[in-house]
Amino acid sequence: MALKTDAVGKSWPPYEYEVGREKIREYAQVIGIDNPVHFDAAAAKDAGYRGIVAPPMFVVVYAAGSMGPVLFDPDVEMNFAAMVHGGQEFEWGEPVISGDLITTTVTCKDIFPKDGKGFYVFETESVNQNGDLVCKATWTNIVRGIEE
Amino acid sequence: MSASSKGEKIAGLKVTPDKFLPHRYAGASGDFNPIHIDNDFAKMVGLPSTILHGLYVMGLVAKAAAQEAGGDPRALKRLSVQFRGMSFPEQEIEVTGEVIEADGTDVTFDLIAAQGENLVIRNATADVSYG
Repeated sequence: MALKTDAVGKSWPPYEYEVGREKIREYAQVIGIDNPVHFDAAAAKDAGYRGIVAPPMFVVVYAAGSMGPVLFDPDVEMNFAAMVHGGQEFEWGEPVISGDLITTTVTCKDIFPKDGKGFYVFETESVNQNGDLVCKATWTNIVRGIEE
Repeated sequence: MSASSKGEKIAGLKVTPDKFLPHRYAGASGDFNPIHIDNDFAKMVGLPSTILHGLYVMGLVAKAAAQEAGGDPRALKRLSVQFRGMSFPEQEIEVTGEVIEADGTDVTFDLIAAQGENLVIRNATADVSYG
């Protein structure tokens, strides 16, 4: 199957996620992070946060949902059966606090062939309810077995 | 004392995810891809067993980097990784790293996550800020 590149430059409608303290707790626990700023509002406030703060990698919770419609978009036409997650980059801004409403927008930055594989590069930008950037991310998926 | 000059090793971490860790990570993250939680499905698609979520292992790399910088979530400014190998529940994961750049309180680590000889994440770079 030849690599389809129609989606390069395309953006998708924003995805909203409201951050809840129990989701923060659940994420911190599964990773094994025991800093009380992720569990206890008083500890978080003592450390200078508005409230219970999410670990940086909580971005996978509030931003990953934005990728769903992208992966199923016919303009992208990605072969999931042969897909692997190749690389990931996150750059963090304002901390994410319980109660924040995070809006994430996805753009397809590039789709290109290399060594018989298709590289799909997406960028997400997540902002909070005040318009502050909380995380900018680059997601690279690799699909094996494409024609160049 | 945190590693803050070039070539210095970070403390890193070791953890052995139990059999059901991928189920809990699926619940926490919302990623229910059956290759992580259904052994029969994983075998059907040619894997030896269920595999860990790559972003879970990246979460451990982020934890090791933030921990080295004192544990405050604001300390971690940027993290990029290349996923290189599959990783499995019930096998120890070790995250190691060293300082590759240091400019006052701004420090960059190079990190690796491995299960024995199997490099799961390599070329990870983390920018941290020592508050």
